Amino acid sequence: MSLPLSLTVNGVVRDVALDDPRVMLLDLLRERLDLTGTKKGCDRGQCGACTVLLDGRRINSCLALAASCAGAEILTIEGLAQGGVLHPVQAAFIAHDGFQCGFCTPGQIMSAVGLFLEGQTGDDPERVREGMSGNLCRCGAYDGITAAVLEALRQAAAPGQAAA
Amino acid sequence: MKDFAYVRPATIAEAIAAAAAPGAAYLAGGTNLLDLMKGDIVRPSRLVDITRLPGLDAIETLADGGVRIGALVRNADLAHDRDFARGFPAVAEALLSGASPQLRNAATLGGNLLQRTRCAYFYDTASACNKRDPGAGCAAIGGETRLAAILGWSEHCIATHPSDFCVPLLAFDAVVEIAGTSGLREIPLADFYTLPGETPQRENVLEAGDLIVAVRLPAEATAFSPHARYLKIRERTSYAFALVSAAAALRMENGKISAARLALGGVAAKPWRSRGAEAALIGKPPGRAEFRHAAELALRDAKNPGENGVKIELAIRVASRALALAAAGTPARLPALPASPFAARPGDLHV
Repeated sequence: MSLPLSLTVNGVVRDVALDDPRVMLLDLLRERLDLTGTKKGCDRGQCGACTVLLDGRRINSCLALAASCAGAEILTIEGLAQGGVLHPVQAAFIAHDGFQCGFCTPGQIMSAVGLFLEGQTGDDPERVREGMSGNLCRCGAYDGITAAVLEALRQAAAPGQAAA
Repeated sequence: MKDFAYVRPATIAEAIAAAAAPGAAYLAGGTNLLDLMKGDIVRPSRLVDITRLPGLDAIETLADGGVRIGALVRNADLAHDRDFARGFPAVAEALLSGASPQLRNAATLGGNLLQRTRCAYFYDTASACNKRDPGAGCAAIGGETRLAAILGWSEHCIATHPSDFCVPLLAFDAVVEIAGTSGLREIPLADFYTLPGETPQRENVLEAGDLIVAVRLPAEATAFSPHARYLKIRERTSYAFALVSAAAALRMENGKISAARLALGGVAAKPWRSRGAEAALIGKPPGRAEFRHAAELALRDAKNPGENGVKIELAIRVASRALALAAAGTPARLPALPASPFAARPGDLHV
């Protein structure tokens, strides 16, 4: 059987013929659309490495059935930079050493972008840490990650000031 | 994962017809079901995707001041709905203490009610589990029982219900609206779950094809909003299931308790309310001894099936503390770590 599926990924409409209903959004991105920036960590919704935005909200793409995402707008790490200019969260992760090995980083960054859009934390470090608790970092770069998210939040509140 | 047929009905009637067949399962947020399917723990032959069904994603304030929550409302949307959080702060706190932001953006109300236990033996297909394979036995009994039930368990199953959300829902007399092959019906959440007994594979009163369409909370629950909290003990700071949790709410008149609500999570195959504890608090001052006494009543029938006796005293302390936090008053804004015992007031630092 073949399931026709149309969804928008990073602003581009993609039409896919799914030959298997078991495909998750994560595997669709990585294996069928060659967007390997989104990482497969645990594949069970526990680590956050596969975080993408679905219709503007962060989700675990490993626990989203691709067929159920018909018509959705997906934003992955590949779609974040605009015209070669890094997204402020990406720039802040570099400025604050928000990673070591980098495997969890696309998920961390997409989660931070989702956290921004939710607008619940303000610049309270405790709330930022809790808001990022769905993303594990085995290297333990949490200090840098929190600093990067806080920096990006401050930048968004007062644009134009250089990163520390 | 076993192969399955994927269907996406356009109406509730079509969905019920498609899901009434043997081997069919509803798909909404998928955060629990797809995980269980990846582990071969549940093996549906047909997935009925209800995410496009109209009319199931609203949070409605009812004429009498109660609220009706559609089955497809996402956990995050409900917790962050300003009016809802004001009227039902303990429910919002419970929601925000569960899972991660990503999962709360996907998980739905209906799925939360129907989520399966996180008993490790249920998840491990090499272990005997009466819930997964009726009649196979229970490897949890005599095994690692740290997370097991202390109330309502049987010699066939000692698993717990993992939901945070359902604990305050039970405390506040939630009613479940169900659409099925023979029409619509309503069941109080208190009568929705079944205890394991000899049939732990059966977890609630739903029949084949039944679809949860909404949950209602009555207006009376909002009278508790100035004194309502959720408290949850986890094995790590955040993003973990409850060892033990409690929803507590009080109404106070002239320095005395005039009404009380107390329900526990993580202690049984269903969220566990103690009307005995609630009754014992009426007319009492909001004091530490009174709360401890009520909590002891709530756990009076508790028994540990293995090495988890610690959970009984833990549950007494969590229930007492939740009542004390409720008495101190609902904070204007939830703390940074909702339901955390270590920084229960806004502004407290956890780490």
